[in-house]
Amino acid sequence: MDPSALLLSAELAALTTVVLLAVGLPLAWWLVQSRFPGKFLVEAVVALPLVLPPTVLGFYLLTGLGPHSAAGRLFTAVAGHPFPFSFEGLLLASVLYSLPFAVQPFAGALAGVDRRLVEASHTLGVSPLATFFRVTLPLAWPGVLAGAVLTFAHTLGEFGVVLMVGGNIPGRTRTLAVAIFDHVEALEYGAAHRTAALLLAVSFAVLALVYALQRRPSFRWNDR
Amino acid sequence: MERSLTFRLLRRFPRGPTVAAEARLPLDAAPVTVLLGPSGSGKTTVLRSLAGLDRPDEGAIDFAGQTWFDAARGLHLPPQARGVGLLFQDHALFPHLSVRANLAYGLHRLPAGERAARVAEVAGRLGVEALLDRRPAQLSGGQRQRVALARALAPRPRLLLLDEPLSALDAPTREALRGELRHLLEQSGVPAIVVTHDRVEALALGDRLAVLAGGAIRQIGPVHEVFSQPVDAVVALAVGTENVFPARLLRREAGLVVVGAGPVELVAVDPGGLAGEAYACVRAEEVVLEPPVGGDSSARNRLHGAVAWRRDEGPLVRVAVDCGLRLVALVTRASAERLGLQPGRPVAASVKAPSVRVVPRQD
Repeated sequence: MDPSALLLSAELAALTTVVLLAVGLPLAWWLVQSRFPGKFLVEAVVALPLVLPPTVLGFYLLTGLGPHSAAGRLFTAVAGHPFPFSFEGLLLASVLYSLPFAVQPFAGALAGVDRRLVEASHTLGVSPLATFFRVTLPLAWPGVLAGAVLTFAHTLGEFGVVLMVGGNIPGRTRTLAVAIFDHVEALEYGAAHRTAALLLAVSFAVLALVYALQRRPSFRWNDR
Repeated sequence: MERSLTFRLLRRFPRGPTVAAEARLPLDAAPVTVLLGPSGSGKTTVLRSLAGLDRPDEGAIDFAGQTWFDAARGLHLPPQARGVGLLFQDHALFPHLSVRANLAYGLHRLPAGERAARVAEVAGRLGVEALLDRRPAQLSGGQRQRVALARALAPRPRLLLLDEPLSALDAPTREALRGELRHLLEQSGVPAIVVTHDRVEALALGDRLAVLAGGAIRQIGPVHEVFSQPVDAVVALAVGTENVFPARLLRREAGLVVVGAGPVELVAVDPGGLAGEAYACVRAEEVVLEPPVGGDSSARNRLHGAVAWRRDEGPLVRVAVDCGLRLVALVTRASAERLGLQPGRPVAASVKAPSVRVVPRQD
Protein backbone atom coordinates (compact mmCIF):
# COMPACT_ATOMS: atom_id res chain seq x y z
CA MET A 1 0.00 0.00 0.00
CA ASP A 2 1.07 3.52 -0.74
CA PRO A 3 1.33 5.55 2.48
CA SER A 4 1.55 8.86 0.62
CA ALA A 5 -1.74 8.07 -1.16
CA LEU A 6 -3.39 7.25 2.19
CA LEU A 7 -2.08 10.47 3.72
CA LEU A 8 -3.20 12.52 0.73
CA SER A 9 -6.68 10.99 0.72
CA ALA A 10 -7.10 11.63 4.44
CA GLU A 11 -5.88 15.20 4.09
CA LEU A 12 -8.17 15.87 1.15
CA ALA A 13 -11.18 14.34 2.91
CA ALA A 14 -10.55 16.29 6.11
CA LEU A 15 -10.10 19.61 4.33
CA THR A 16 -13.15 19.01 2.15
CA THR A 17 -15.19 18.32 5.27
CA VAL A 18 -13.98 21.49 6.96
CA VAL A 19 -14.71 23.61 3.88
CA LEU A 20 -18.16 22.07 3.50
CA LEU A 21 -18.98 22.72 7.14
CA ALA A 22 -18.07 26.37 6.64
CA VAL A 23 -19.85 26.72 3.29
CA GLY A 24 -22.54 24.06 3.51
CA LEU A 25 -24.05 25.06 6.86
CA PRO A 26 -24.90 28.63 5.81
CA LEU A 27 -26.12 27.32 2.47
CA ALA A 28 -28.32 24.71 4.17
CA TRP A 29 -29.61 27.34 6.62
CA TRP A 30 -30.49 29.59 3.70
CA LEU A 31 -32.26 26.73 1.91
CA VAL A 32 -34.33 25.98 5.02
CA GLN A 33 -35.23 29.59 5.82
CA SER A 34 -35.54 31.32 2.50
CA ARG A 35 -38.84 32.06 0.82
CA PHE A 36 -37.03 33.07 -2.36
CA PRO A 37 -39.16 31.79 -5.26
CA GLY A 38 -36.14 30.59 -7.27
CA LYS A 39 -34.93 28.43 -4.40
CA PHE A 40 -35.72 25.21 -6.25
CA LEU A 41 -33.05 26.11 -8.83
CA VAL A 42 -30.41 26.36 -6.12
CA GLU A 43 -31.61 23.05 -4.66
CA ALA A 44 -31.27 21.43 -8.09
CA VAL A 45 -27.74 22.76 -8.51
CA VAL A 46 -26.75 21.47 -5.07
CA ALA A 47 -28.10 18.02 -5.93
CA LEU A 48 -26.49 17.87 -9.41
CA PRO A 49 -23.36 15.91 -8.34
CA LEU A 50 -25.66 13.09 -7.22
CA VAL A 51 -26.66 12.34 -10.80
CA LEU A 52 -23.87 13.84 -12.88
CA PRO A 53 -20.96 11.64 -14.03
CA PRO A 54 -17.86 12.95 -12.23
CA THR A 55 -16.21 13.36 -15.60
CA VAL A 56 -18.72 16.09 -16.51
CA LEU A 57 -17.87 18.09 -13.38
CA GLY A 58 -14.16 17.47 -13.96
CA PHE A 59 -14.37 18.49 -17.60
CA TYR A 60 -16.06 21.82 -16.87
CA LEU A 61 -13.69 22.57 -14.00
CA LEU A 62 -10.73 21.91 -16.30
CA THR A 63 -12.04 24.08 -19.11
CA GLY A 64 -13.41 26.77 -16.78
CA LEU A 65 -10.30 27.07 -14.62
CA GLY A 66 -7.68 25.82 -17.09
CA PRO A 67 -4.72 27.99 -18.13
CA HIS A 68 -6.58 29.26 -21.17
CA SER A 69 -9.46 30.81 -19.22
CA ALA A 70 -9.47 34.18 -17.47
CA ALA A 71 -10.32 32.56 -14.14
CA GLY A 72 -7.50 30.06 -14.66
CA ARG A 73 -4.95 32.83 -15.38
CA LEU A 74 -6.09 34.60 -12.20
CA PHE A 75 -5.66 31.36 -10.24
CA THR A 76 -2.13 30.92 -11.61
CA ALA A 77 -1.25 34.51 -10.74
CA VAL A 78 -2.46 34.13 -7.16
CA ALA A 79 -1.41 30.54 -6.40
CA GLY A 80 1.80 30.54 -8.43
CA HIS A 81 0.89 27.38 -10.34
CA PRO A 82 -1.90 26.36 -12.71
CA PHE A 83 -5.21 24.99 -11.39
CA PRO A 84 -5.25 21.55 -13.04
CA PHE A 85 -3.19 18.80 -11.39
CA SER A 86 -2.81 20.81 -8.17
CA PHE A 87 -4.00 19.94 -4.67
CA GLU A 88 -6.13 23.10 -4.57
CA GLY A 89 -7.81 21.98 -7.77
CA LEU A 90 -8.48 18.62 -6.21
CA LEU A 91 -9.94 20.29 -3.11
CA LEU A 92 -12.30 22.53 -5.09
CA ALA A 93 -13.46 19.59 -7.19
CA SER A 94 -14.04 17.48 -4.08
CA VAL A 95 -15.99 20.23 -2.37
CA LEU A 96 -18.30 20.62 -5.34
CA TYR A 97 -18.64 16.89 -5.83
CA SER A 98 -19.53 16.25 -2.15
CA LEU A 99 -21.83 19.26 -1.85
CA PRO A 100 -25.11 17.30 -1.71
CA PHE A 101 -23.64 14.79 0.75
CA ALA A 102 -23.11 17.63 3.20
CA VAL A 103 -25.87 20.12 2.41
CA GLN A 104 -28.78 17.68 2.26
CA PRO A 105 -28.23 16.15 5.73
CA PHE A 106 -27.46 19.61 7.11
CA ALA A 107 -30.68 21.04 5.68
CA GLY A 108 -32.70 18.07 6.97
CA ALA A 109 -31.24 18.47 10.44
CA LEU A 110 -31.77 22.23 10.54
CA ALA A 111 -35.33 21.92 9.25
CA GLY A 112 -36.04 19.37 11.98
CA VAL A 113 -35.47 21.93 14.73
CA ASP A 114 -38.81 23.15 16.08
CA ARG A 115 -39.48 26.58 14.64
CA ARG A 116 -41.08 27.69 17.90
CA LEU A 117 -37.81 27.24 19.77
CA VAL A 118 -36.21 29.66 17.35
CA GLU A 119 -39.09 32.09 17.79
CA ALA A 120 -38.90 31.74 21.58
CA SER A 121 -35.24 32.68 21.37
CA HIS A 122 -36.06 35.74 19.28
CA THR A 123 -38.69 36.96 21.72
CA LEU A 124 -36.11 36.52 24.50
CA GLY A 125 -33.99 39.14 22.75
CA VAL A 126 -31.43 36.85 21.12
CA SER A 127 -30.37 37.71 17.56
CA PRO A 128 -30.94 35.28 14.68
CA LEU A 129 -27.22 34.48 14.39
CA ALA A 130 -26.79 33.86 18.12
CA THR A 131 -29.98 31.78 18.04
CA PHE A 132 -28.41 29.62 15.35
CA PHE A 133 -25.42 28.84 17.56
CA ARG A 134 -27.31 28.59 20.87
CA VAL A 135 -30.41 26.67 19.77
CA THR A 136 -30.47 25.45 16.18
CA LEU A 137 -26.98 23.96 15.92
CA PRO A 138 -26.96 22.20 19.32
CA LEU A 139 -30.28 20.58 18.44
CA ALA A 140 -29.32 19.73 14.86
CA TRP A 141 -25.86 18.36 15.57
CA PRO A 142 -26.62 14.67 14.95
CA GLY A 143 -27.61 15.53 11.38
CA VAL A 144 -24.69 17.90 10.97
CA LEU A 145 -22.30 15.23 12.20
CA ALA A 146 -23.86 12.71 9.81
CA GLY A 147 -23.36 15.14 6.91
CA ALA A 148 -19.75 15.76 7.88
CA VAL A 149 -18.97 12.05 8.21
CA LEU A 150 -20.66 11.27 4.89
CA THR A 151 -18.65 14.01 3.23
CA PHE A 152 -15.44 12.62 4.67
CA ALA A 153 -16.20 9.06 3.57
CA HIS A 154 -17.40 10.13 0.15
CA THR A 155 -14.29 12.20 -0.51
CA LEU A 156 -12.06 9.38 0.70
CA GLY A 157 -13.44 7.13 -2.00
CA GLU A 158 -13.85 9.49 -4.92
CA PHE A 159 -12.18 8.62 -8.18
CA GLY A 160 -13.50 10.16 -11.38
CA VAL A 161 -13.25 13.82 -10.44
CA VAL A 162 -9.81 13.28 -8.93
CA LEU A 163 -8.51 11.66 -12.05
CA MET A 164 -9.98 14.36 -14.29
CA VAL A 165 -8.83 17.39 -12.32
CA GLY A 166 -5.85 16.09 -10.38
CA GLY A 167 -4.38 13.50 -12.64
CA ASN A 168 -2.13 10.98 -11.02
CA ILE A 169 0.91 12.64 -9.47
CA PRO A 170 2.30 10.55 -6.58
CA GLY A 171 2.30 12.51 -3.30
CA ARG A 172 0.39 15.41 -4.83
CA THR A 173 -2.79 14.20 -6.46
CA ARG A 174 -2.58 10.41 -6.32
CA THR A 175 -5.29 9.40 -3.88
CA LEU A 176 -6.19 5.93 -2.61
CA ALA A 177 -8.84 5.30 -5.25
CA VAL A 178 -6.46 6.30 -8.02
CA ALA A 179 -3.75 4.11 -6.49
CA ILE A 180 -6.09 1.12 -6.65
CA PHE A 181 -6.70 1.84 -10.32
CA ASP A 182 -2.95 1.97 -10.91
CA HIS A 183 -2.39 -1.31 -9.12
CA VAL A 184 -5.07 -3.04 -11.14
CA GLU A 185 -3.70 -1.59 -14.37
CA ALA A 186 -0.27 -2.98 -13.43
CA LEU A 187 -1.86 -6.33 -12.48
CA GLU A 188 -0.66 -5.89 -8.86
CA TYR A 189 -3.75 -7.53 -7.42
CA GLY A 190 -2.25 -8.03 -3.97
CA ALA A 191 -1.53 -4.30 -3.47
CA ALA A 192 -4.89 -3.37 -5.01
CA HIS A 193 -6.63 -5.71 -2.62
CA ARG A 194 -4.92 -4.29 0.48
CA THR A 195 -5.86 -0.71 -0.44
CA ALA A 196 -9.38 -1.63 -1.53
CA ALA A 197 -10.00 -3.60 1.66
CA LEU A 198 -8.83 -0.63 3.73
CA LEU A 199 -11.24 1.72 1.94
CA LEU A 200 -14.07 -0.77 2.31
CA ALA A 201 -13.41 -1.19 6.02
CA VAL A 202 -13.11 2.54 6.71
CA SER A 203 -16.24 3.36 4.72
CA PHE A 204 -18.24 0.66 6.44
CA ALA A 205 -17.03 1.71 9.89
CA VAL A 206 -17.88 5.34 9.23
CA LEU A 207 -21.39 4.60 7.98
CA ALA A 208 -22.04 2.15 10.82
CA LEU A 209 -20.99 4.88 13.25
CA VAL A 210 -23.38 7.38 11.70
CA TYR A 211 -26.34 5.03 11.90
CA ALA A 212 -25.43 3.78 15.38
CA LEU A 213 -25.23 7.33 16.72
CA GLN A 214 -28.60 8.20 15.26
CA ARG A 215 -30.22 5.20 16.89
CA ARG A 216 -29.08 6.13 20.38
CA PRO A 217 -32.10 7.54 22.25
CA SER A 218 -29.98 10.11 24.06
CA PHE A 219 -28.93 11.42 20.68
CA ARG A 220 -32.23 13.19 20.26
CA TRP A 221 -33.58 15.61 22.78
CA ASN A 222 -36.88 14.19 23.87
CA ASP A 223 -39.16 17.03 24.74
CA ARG A 224 -42.02 14.87 25.83
CA MET B 1 -51.01 59.90 30.08
CA GLU B 2 -52.45 56.45 30.33
CA ARG B 3 -50.26 53.83 28.72
CA SER B 4 -51.99 51.75 26.14
CA LEU B 5 -51.46 49.24 23.41
CA THR B 6 -53.10 50.24 20.16
CA PHE B 7 -53.16 48.02 17.14
CA ARG B 8 -54.83 47.89 13.82
CA LEU B 9 -53.72 45.04 11.66
CA LEU B 10 -54.68 43.39 8.46
CA ARG B 11 -53.19 40.17 7.25
CA ARG B 12 -54.24 38.31 4.14
CA PHE B 13 -53.70 34.62 3.69
CA PRO B 14 -53.53 33.15 0.19
CA ARG B 15 -55.76 30.23 1.18
CA GLY B 16 -57.79 31.43 4.08
CA PRO B 17 -59.76 34.29 5.54
CA THR B 18 -58.34 37.75 6.04
CA VAL B 19 -57.64 38.86 9.59
CA ALA B 20 -58.49 42.51 10.22
CA ALA B 21 -58.41 43.30 13.90
CA GLU B 22 -58.10 46.54 15.76
CA ALA B 23 -58.26 47.48 19.39
CA ARG B 24 -57.01 49.86 22.02
CA LEU B 25 -56.11 48.23 25.30
CA PRO B 26 -55.24 50.38 28.31
CA LEU B 27 -52.32 48.73 30.07
CA ASP B 28 -52.70 49.92 33.62
CA ALA B 29 -56.28 49.39 34.73
CA ALA B 30 -56.89 45.76 33.85
CA PRO B 31 -53.78 43.58 33.90
CA VAL B 32 -55.07 40.55 31.99
CA THR B 33 -56.85 40.85 28.65
CA VAL B 34 -58.28 37.66 27.20
CA LEU B 35 -58.66 37.34 23.45
CA LEU B 36 -61.42 34.78 23.05
CA GLY B 37 -62.35 33.26 19.75
CA PRO B 38 -62.93 29.93 18.01
CA SER B 39 -60.05 28.35 16.13
CA GLY B 40 -59.47 30.08 12.82
CA SER B 41 -60.75 33.40 14.15
CA GLY B 42 -57.36 35.05 13.85
CA LYS B 43 -56.27 35.01 17.51
CA THR B 44 -52.87 33.56 16.84
CA THR B 45 -52.25 36.00 13.99
CA VAL B 46 -52.93 38.90 16.33
CA LEU B 47 -50.66 37.45 19.00
CA ARG B 48 -47.80 36.72 16.60
CA SER B 49 -48.10 40.16 15.05
CA LEU B 50 -47.86 41.76 18.49
CA ALA B 51 -44.80 39.65 19.30
CA GLY B 52 -43.15 40.68 16.02
CA LEU B 53 -42.99 37.12 14.70
CA ASP B 54 -45.45 37.86 11.90
CA ARG B 55 -45.56 40.95 9.81
CA PRO B 56 -49.08 42.17 8.95
CA ASP B 57 -49.79 43.38 5.44
CA GLU B 58 -51.28 46.63 6.64
CA GLY B 59 -51.85 48.56 9.83
CA ALA B 60 -49.88 49.80 12.80
CA ILE B 61 -49.00 48.75 16.34
CA ASP B 62 -48.21 51.27 19.04
CA PHE B 63 -47.13 50.32 22.53
CA ALA B 64 -47.14 53.10 25.14
CA GLY B 65 -46.07 55.67 22.57
CA GLN B 66 -43.49 53.47 20.85
CA THR B 67 -44.22 52.37 17.31
CA TRP B 68 -43.71 48.63 16.91
CA PHE B 69 -45.09 48.36 13.44
CA ASP B 70 -46.25 50.79 10.80
CA ALA B 71 -46.94 49.45 7.33
CA ALA B 72 -47.22 52.93 5.83
CA ARG B 73 -43.70 53.81 6.98
CA GLY B 74 -42.33 50.32 6.34
CA LEU B 75 -41.42 50.06 10.01
CA HIS B 76 -41.28 46.66 11.71
CA LEU B 77 -39.52 46.34 15.03
CA PRO B 78 -38.04 42.82 15.34
CA PRO B 79 -39.16 40.70 18.31
CA GLN B 80 -35.78 41.21 19.97
CA ALA B 81 -36.45 44.97 20.28
CA ARG B 82 -40.02 44.80 21.61
CA GLY B 83 -39.44 43.55 25.12
CA VAL B 84 -42.31 41.09 24.91
CA GLY B 85 -42.51 37.82 26.81
CA LEU B 86 -44.25 35.08 24.87
CA LEU B 87 -45.58 31.91 26.42
CA PHE B 88 -46.04 29.28 23.73
CA GLN B 89 -48.85 26.77 23.76
CA ASP B 90 -46.44 23.83 24.13
CA HIS B 91 -44.09 25.98 26.23
CA ALA B 92 -41.16 25.68 23.77
CA LEU B 93 -38.56 25.13 26.47
CA PHE B 94 -35.08 24.54 25.09
CA PRO B 95 -34.75 20.76 25.44
CA HIS B 96 -30.94 20.75 25.41
CA LEU B 97 -30.65 23.19 28.30
CA SER B 98 -31.28 22.78 32.03
CA VAL B 99 -34.10 24.73 33.64
CA ARG B 100 -31.47 27.11 35.01
CA ALA B 101 -30.03 27.73 31.54
CA ASN B 102 -33.54 28.15 30.15
CA LEU B 103 -34.28 30.86 32.70
CA ALA B 104 -30.94 32.57 32.06
CA TYR B 105 -31.33 32.34 28.28
CA GLY B 106 -32.83 35.80 27.75
CA LEU B 107 -30.44 37.44 30.24
CA HIS B 108 -27.34 37.29 28.04
CA ARG B 109 -26.80 41.03 28.30
CA LEU B 110 -26.52 40.98 32.09
CA PRO B 111 -23.19 40.36 33.83
CA ALA B 112 -22.88 36.81 35.18
CA GLY B 113 -23.47 37.72 38.84
CA GLU B 114 -26.58 39.70 38.14
CA ARG B 115 -27.83 36.98 35.79
CA ALA B 116 -27.57 34.33 38.51
CA ALA B 117 -29.33 36.60 40.97
CA ARG B 118 -32.17 37.26 38.52
CA VAL B 119 -32.57 33.53 37.82
CA ALA B 120 -32.74 32.82 41.55
CA GLU B 121 -35.25 35.61 42.06
CA VAL B 122 -37.61 34.59 39.26
CA ALA B 123 -37.29 30.89 40.13
CA GLY B 124 -38.25 31.71 43.70
CA ARG B 125 -41.20 33.79 42.63
CA LEU B 126 -42.57 30.95 40.48
CA GLY B 127 -41.62 28.16 42.85
CA VAL B 128 -39.27 26.30 40.54
CA GLU B 129 -36.02 26.54 42.61
CA ALA B 130 -36.02 22.79 43.16
CA LEU B 131 -36.14 22.15 39.40
CA LEU B 132 -33.20 24.30 38.33
CA ASP B 133 -30.86 21.43 37.50
CA ARG B 134 -33.41 19.35 35.63
CA ARG B 135 -33.97 19.08 31.90
CA PRO B 136 -37.37 20.05 30.42
CA ALA B 137 -38.02 16.40 29.56
CA GLN B 138 -37.98 15.61 33.28
CA LEU B 139 -40.74 18.07 34.17
CA SER B 140 -44.49 17.58 34.49
CA GLY B 141 -46.86 19.68 32.41
CA GLY B 142 -47.57 22.07 35.24
CA GLN B 143 -43.89 22.47 36.10
CA ARG B 144 -43.08 23.12 32.47
CA GLN B 145 -45.61 25.88 32.35
CA ARG B 146 -44.20 27.57 35.42
CA VAL B 147 -40.68 27.31 34.01
CA ALA B 148 -41.87 28.76 30.69
CA LEU B 149 -43.54 31.63 32.51
CA ALA B 150 -40.41 32.21 34.59
CA ARG B 151 -38.28 32.24 31.44
CA ALA B 152 -40.59 34.78 29.80
CA LEU B 153 -40.63 36.99 32.91
CA ALA B 154 -36.90 36.86 33.66
CA PRO B 155 -35.88 39.61 31.18
CA ARG B 156 -38.64 41.82 32.70
CA PRO B 157 -40.83 42.19 29.61
CA ARG B 158 -43.15 45.14 29.14
CA LEU B 159 -45.94 42.92 27.85
CA LEU B 160 -46.68 39.24 28.31
CA LEU B 161 -48.40 37.25 25.57
CA LEU B 162 -49.84 33.80 26.28
CA ASP B 163 -50.97 31.46 23.53
CA GLU B 164 -53.59 28.98 24.81
CA PRO B 165 -51.59 28.64 28.02
CA LEU B 166 -53.55 25.71 29.46
CA SER B 167 -54.47 23.67 26.42
CA ALA B 168 -51.25 21.63 26.36
CA LEU B 169 -52.06 20.27 29.81
CA ASP B 170 -54.21 17.27 30.69
CA ALA B 171 -57.61 18.05 32.17
CA PRO B 172 -56.87 17.60 35.91
CA THR B 173 -53.68 19.68 35.69
CA ARG B 174 -55.55 22.31 33.72
CA GLU B 175 -58.21 22.60 36.41
CA ALA B 176 -55.57 22.92 39.09
CA LEU B 177 -53.46 25.47 37.24
CA ARG B 178 -56.18 27.80 36.08
CA GLY B 179 -56.42 29.62 39.37
CA GLU B 180 -52.70 29.51 39.93
CA LEU B 181 -51.97 31.09 36.57
CA ARG B 182 -54.32 33.97 37.28
CA HIS B 183 -52.51 34.53 40.56
CA LEU B 184 -49.08 34.43 38.90
CA LEU B 185 -50.11 36.80 36.14
CA GLU B 186 -51.52 39.31 38.56
CA GLN B 187 -48.50 39.05 40.80
CA SER B 188 -46.08 39.58 37.92
CA GLY B 189 -47.25 43.17 37.46
CA VAL B 190 -46.78 42.83 33.69
CA PRO B 191 -49.81 43.49 31.50
CA ALA B 192 -50.77 40.26 29.78
CA ILE B 193 -52.77 39.23 26.75
CA VAL B 194 -54.07 35.67 26.82
CA VAL B 195 -55.34 34.01 23.67
CA THR B 196 -57.79 31.17 24.15
CA HIS B 197 -60.80 29.41 22.69
CA ASP B 198 -61.89 28.18 26.11
CA ARG B 199 -64.65 30.19 27.81
CA VAL B 200 -63.83 28.88 31.27
CA GLU B 201 -60.24 29.94 30.77
CA ALA B 202 -61.43 33.39 29.73
CA LEU B 203 -63.54 33.67 32.87
CA ALA B 204 -60.83 32.39 35.17
CA LEU B 205 -57.95 34.45 33.82
CA GLY B 206 -59.28 37.68 32.36
CA ASP B 207 -60.01 41.13 33.65
CA ARG B 208 -60.99 42.30 30.24
CA LEU B 209 -62.38 40.22 27.42
CA ALA B 210 -62.05 40.80 23.70
CA VAL B 211 -64.10 38.54 21.49
CA LEU B 212 -62.59 37.70 18.14
CA ALA B 213 -64.73 36.19 15.41
CA GLY B 214 -64.31 36.05 11.67
CA GLY B 215 -60.95 37.80 11.86
CA ALA B 216 -62.24 40.88 13.66
CA ILE B 217 -62.63 41.97 17.28
CA ARG B 218 -66.36 42.22 17.90
CA GLN B 219 -66.53 43.38 21.48
CA ILE B 220 -64.20 44.45 24.28
CA GLY B 221 -65.20 44.96 27.89
CA PRO B 222 -65.05 43.64 31.43
CA VAL B 223 -65.30 39.86 31.33
CA HIS B 224 -68.72 39.42 32.92
CA GLU B 225 -70.17 42.30 30.92
CA VAL B 226 -69.18 40.77 27.58
CA PHE B 227 -70.50 37.41 28.71
CA SER B 228 -73.84 38.71 29.93
CA GLN B 229 -74.38 41.45 27.35
CA PRO B 230 -73.01 40.27 24.00
CA VAL B 231 -73.46 43.00 21.39
CA ASP B 232 -74.50 40.66 18.61
CA ALA B 233 -75.33 37.07 17.80
CA VAL B 234 -71.75 36.25 16.76
CA VAL B 235 -70.40 37.30 20.14
CA ALA B 236 -73.26 35.52 21.89
CA LEU B 237 -72.32 32.35 20.08
CA ALA B 238 -68.65 32.75 20.94
CA VAL B 239 -69.23 33.36 24.65
CA GLY B 240 -72.03 30.78 24.83
CA THR B 241 -73.17 31.48 28.36
CA GLU B 242 -75.64 34.31 28.73
CA ASN B 243 -75.60 34.78 32.47
CA VAL B 244 -72.31 35.59 34.12
CA PHE B 245 -72.21 37.34 37.48
CA PRO B 246 -69.29 38.39 39.63
CA ALA B 247 -69.76 36.42 42.84
CA ARG B 248 -68.03 35.61 46.07
CA LEU B 249 -68.07 32.60 48.35
CA LEU B 250 -70.39 33.02 51.31
CA ARG B 251 -70.35 29.55 52.87
CA ARG B 252 -70.14 25.86 52.17
CA GLU B 253 -72.91 23.49 53.10
CA ALA B 254 -73.35 19.76 52.44
CA GLY B 255 -70.89 19.61 49.56
CA LEU B 256 -72.43 22.64 47.95
CA VAL B 257 -71.31 26.24 47.94
CA VAL B 258 -73.40 29.33 48.43
CA VAL B 259 -72.12 32.34 46.53
CA GLY B 260 -73.35 35.88 46.69
CA ALA B 261 -74.01 37.46 43.32
CA GLY B 262 -75.14 41.01 43.92
CA PRO B 263 -78.02 40.84 46.40
CA VAL B 264 -78.81 37.24 45.49
CA GLU B 265 -77.56 33.99 46.97
CA LEU B 266 -76.98 31.12 44.57
CA VAL B 267 -76.40 27.53 45.52
CA ALA B 268 -73.97 25.65 43.32
CA VAL B 269 -71.86 22.52 43.23
CA ASP B 270 -68.45 23.07 44.82
CA PRO B 271 -65.96 23.58 41.95
CA GLY B 272 -62.95 23.05 44.23
CA GLY B 273 -60.30 25.66 44.83
CA LEU B 274 -62.87 28.36 45.53
CA ALA B 275 -61.66 30.82 48.14
CA GLY B 276 -63.15 34.23 47.52
CA GLU B 277 -63.89 35.82 44.20
CA ALA B 278 -65.52 33.88 41.40
CA TYR B 279 -67.87 34.10 38.47
CA ALA B 280 -71.23 32.38 38.62
CA CYS B 281 -72.48 31.27 35.20
CA VAL B 282 -75.89 29.99 34.15
CA ARG B 283 -76.88 29.05 30.63
CA ALA B 284 -80.10 30.70 29.47
CA GLU B 285 -81.63 27.37 28.44
CA GLU B 286 -81.22 26.07 32.00
CA VAL B 287 -83.30 28.81 33.60
CA VAL B 288 -86.85 27.61 34.21
CA LEU B 289 -89.59 30.24 34.40
CA GLU B 290 -92.69 29.57 36.49
CA PRO B 291 -95.68 31.48 37.82
CA PRO B 292 -94.60 33.44 40.91
CA VAL B 293 -96.83 31.39 43.23
CA GLY B 294 -96.68 27.70 42.92
CA GLY B 295 -95.60 24.38 44.23
CA ASP B 296 -92.25 23.32 45.49
CA SER B 297 -89.62 22.34 42.96
CA SER B 298 -86.32 20.48 43.13
CA ALA B 299 -84.43 23.55 42.01
CA ARG B 300 -82.30 24.95 44.82
CA ASN B 301 -82.34 28.45 43.40
CA ARG B 302 -85.71 30.13 43.07
CA LEU B 303 -85.67 33.85 42.39
CA HIS B 304 -88.65 36.15 42.19
CA GLY B 305 -88.83 39.11 39.87
CA ALA B 306 -90.43 40.67 36.87
CA VAL B 307 -89.87 40.36 33.12
CA ALA B 308 -87.58 43.15 31.88
CA TRP B 309 -87.76 42.41 28.16
CA ARG B 310 -88.47 39.60 25.72
CA ARG B 311 -87.05 38.88 22.32
CA ASP B 312 -88.61 36.37 19.96
CA GLU B 313 -86.17 34.07 18.16
CA GLY B 314 -88.18 31.75 15.94
CA PRO B 315 -89.67 28.94 18.01
CA LEU B 316 -87.88 30.24 21.12
CA VAL B 317 -88.20 33.36 23.21
CA ARG B 318 -85.38 35.01 25.13
CA VAL B 319 -86.64 36.60 28.32
CA ALA B 320 -84.74 38.76 30.81
CA VAL B 321 -85.97 38.69 34.39
CA ASP B 322 -85.05 41.32 36.96
CA CYS B 323 -84.73 39.41 40.20
CA GLY B 324 -81.93 41.22 41.95
CA LEU B 325 -79.82 40.05 39.03
CA ARG B 326 -80.77 40.31 35.43
CA LEU B 327 -81.21 36.69 34.51
CA VAL B 328 -81.75 35.73 30.86
CA ALA B 329 -83.85 32.65 30.13
CA LEU B 330 -84.56 30.82 26.92
CA VAL B 331 -88.03 29.26 26.73
CA THR B 332 -90.31 27.97 24.02
CA ARG B 333 -92.85 30.29 22.48
CA ALA B 334 -95.70 28.16 23.87
CA SER B 335 -94.41 28.50 27.41
CA ALA B 336 -93.91 32.21 26.97
CA GLU B 337 -97.52 32.61 25.86
CA ARG B 338 -98.89 30.39 28.63
CA LEU B 339 -97.03 32.39 31.28
CA GLY B 340 -97.89 35.68 29.59
CA LEU B 341 -94.27 36.79 29.60
CA GLN B 342 -94.55 40.47 28.81
CA PRO B 343 -92.39 43.22 30.34
CA GLY B 344 -93.48 43.94 33.92
CA ARG B 345 -95.07 40.55 34.46
CA PRO B 346 -94.11 38.94 37.82
CA VAL B 347 -92.41 35.57 37.41
CA ALA B 348 -90.21 33.12 39.30
CA ALA B 349 -86.94 31.87 37.83
CA SER B 350 -85.56 28.52 38.97
CA VAL B 351 -82.08 27.16 38.45
CA LYS B 352 -80.87 23.81 39.73
CA ALA B 353 -77.64 23.90 41.70
CA PRO B 354 -75.73 21.73 39.17
CA SER B 355 -76.64 24.28 36.47
CA VAL B 356 -74.82 27.08 38.28
CA ARG B 357 -71.21 26.90 37.19
CA VAL B 358 -68.85 28.64 39.55
CA VAL B 359 -65.43 29.59 38.11
CA PRO B 360 -63.01 30.58 40.89
CA ARG B 361 -60.78 33.59 40.41
CA GLN B 362 -57.76 33.40 42.62
CA ASP B 363 -56.24 36.78 43.29
